[in-house]
Amino acid sequence: MTFKTFLALAATLGLAGPAMAQDDPTKVGFIYVGPIGDGGWTYQHDQGRLALEEEFGDRVETVYQESVPEGADAERAITQMALGGADIIFTTSFGFGDATNAVAAKFPDVKFEHATGYKREHPNVSTYDARFYEGRAVLGTLAGYLTETNKIGYIGSFPIPENIQGINSSYLHARKINPDVEMVVTWAYTWFDPAKEADAARAMIDQGVDVILQHTDSTAPQAAAEEANANGGRVFTFGQASDMAEFKPEPRVASIIDNWAPYYIDRVGAVMDGTWKQQASWGGMPEGEVVIGEITDAVPAEAKAAAEEMIANISDGSYHPFTGPINKQDGSEWLAEGEVAEDGELAGMDFYVEGITGEIPN
Amino acid sequence: MIRLERRPTPSRAWGAASPLLAVALTMMAGGLMFAALGKDPVEALRTIFWDPVMGEFAWYFRAQLLVKAAPLVLIAAGLAIGFRAGIWNIGAEGQYIVGAIAGAAAGLAFHPSESVLIFPLMVVCGALGGFLWAMIPAVLKVTLGTNEILVSLMLVYVADNLLASAAVGWLRNPEAVGFPGSRNLAQWEASANPELIAGTGMHWGVVAAVIAVIFAHVLMTRHLMGFHIRLAGQAPRAARFAGVAPARLVLFCLGLSGLLAGLAGLFEVTGPAGQISIDFASGYGFTAIIVAFLGRLNPLGIVAAGLLMAVTYVGGDNAAANLGIPGAAISAFQGMLLFFLLAVDVLSNFRVRVGRGALA
Repeated sequence: MTFKTFLALAATLGLAGPAMAQDDPTKVGFIYVGPIGDGGWTYQHDQGRLALEEEFGDRVETVYQESVPEGADAERAITQMALGGADIIFTTSFGFGDATNAVAAKFPDVKFEHATGYKREHPNVSTYDARFYEGRAVLGTLAGYLTETNKIGYIGSFPIPENIQGINSSYLHARKINPDVEMVVTWAYTWFDPAKEADAARAMIDQGVDVILQHTDSTAPQAAAEEANANGGRVFTFGQASDMAEFKPEPRVASIIDNWAPYYIDRVGAVMDGTWKQQASWGGMPEGEVVIGEITDAVPAEAKAAAEEMIANISDGSYHPFTGPINKQDGSEWLAEGEVAEDGELAGMDFYVEGITGEIPN
Repeated sequence: MIRLERRPTPSRAWGAASPLLAVALTMMAGGLMFAALGKDPVEALRTIFWDPVMGEFAWYFRAQLLVKAAPLVLIAAGLAIGFRAGIWNIGAEGQYIVGAIAGAAAGLAFHPSESVLIFPLMVVCGALGGFLWAMIPAVLKVTLGTNEILVSLMLVYVADNLLASAAVGWLRNPEAVGFPGSRNLAQWEASANPELIAGTGMHWGVVAAVIAVIFAHVLMTRHLMGFHIRLAGQAPRAARFAGVAPARLVLFCLGLSGLLAGLAGLFEVTGPAGQISIDFASGYGFTAIIVAFLGRLNPLGIVAAGLLMAVTYVGGDNAAANLGIPGAAISAFQGMLLFFLLAVDVLSNFRVRVGRGALA
């Protein structure tokens, strides 16, 4: 049986599509790239799922599949969920983009939401992402105050725009506080690999880096810093994706938290009342999608105050982390005095700002 | 007291029965594990083994079984030949990756041409990529006496990094505004490896797997090379007297298994996976080792083992999504299969004696 005939059959039997609205709970599916216990990226998406259940109670039924590889298996996993009667499916990793669109073509009545992607080939596919660079501006400010060696490190996952935004944003704001600050970037080429992340963190510490930011999701860098501190070091870190509170009050002095709950509640609500429309969403601190976790007392009061002011200014929209004058790495002008970066430019960011040494691997 | 007594020759009956016993034991132990997780074990096992084959959506899943089994069978058929000769290619995963990269690169060099020659060229380059990657441990073993297990395994990690650099660098889709991943090969007609008959899951990789199995069967049973391979594995000294050149055997076995793994990678990247991406490597190369042993290193057994493995994957995903069984439990369940198989294999090589025996 082909999909078309199946769908036709399902429609006549009243199994698929809007026919199932009435009293049935809205079925929401999640495709996760990692295990829900990763303590980072997937964990936070799953917190969003749980928030949905809390918000809507019996009106919603959620299903999820964890550790779905990005590649051939993703399409099957998503199809399986759509066949299982999901009304809306969130695919929560960049690598699920093509698979999401391919399945969306076969299930026009199911809504699809693809995280951190950009392909919306069918009217039932939306994309959503968060402005993590806003949070990095706050962490960069703290790093500027904290560093004594004037070396801050950034463990990148992959040299894609999202990481480069984060590196530039943290560097720019650290430099505002400490003009001598130097940025050391290491690419881990993974989103989650405790062994690689720990190696990267240790190598940085050996080079004299005393504040580490990470764009990878495990707590291994926190543990590496804790170990260095136990041996007389002075290294600070920030929780990534989730709070990583077990490393408080130091080495973890603050964190950048992904909070998907508001978005998920909004979108599932839209499916329930029939107002769901295709969109490309890019929320940040004003929408509550990017949250800074508790800033501990290991940070000087002055630094904490500056970070809190930054949070307030970004959240009320009065400050954009990429406001000129900013030059590109080669010295050419990117943003003039007072000019603010456009979203399109940020979404494709492929250059470092002036002052960062090293090249983006390509 | 229970003793194990080595059999003069491995038991044929146990050799055939042990995969079945291993599957049965896996179901029992797996059922206990699911029960311990608070899931209904019967429902879990039914979801894993029954639903993909006979369940409500079996019309979709049966096709997926072929898609999933094809690369496993293709790789395992090659690995098994080497394993029979005592040549251990553990790095098929790396050869799979390099085959995919080589084939994809060859095709993408001609984008956006619509020539019908592109796909055949990619197939040749994919096979060549896997072959050459396997030649590294082969040549090192022949010339320097290195251990092919370690070298081929280590080359998987090299291949992983090659894949990352291809995905974010030199094979990146120039139209993807900086996002990693190559162009979608399945959506470009000249390079696509689509279903040959819609809805069946039958793509060129499935065809290749069938051909490889037949070829392997003929090689092992009808050809002198097959005889040499078996002889080298069972009685290396006798093989040398019979004129078997160990170096040639190493090059042949590693080369052939690398070639087939490279082909599997190529068919995967042009079809089900669609693109070179950071996570293209999906562990087929490692799982194929389990499939080869589960299939008793016999080409026909490998087909059955590959399909069984595919069922545990497709059904396992089903159970994860519909019953909320953690992904790690599904992986543990699949791992049990190899564990029990190796454990039960003891019975084909040893006799179990109960009671006090004479002290040797």
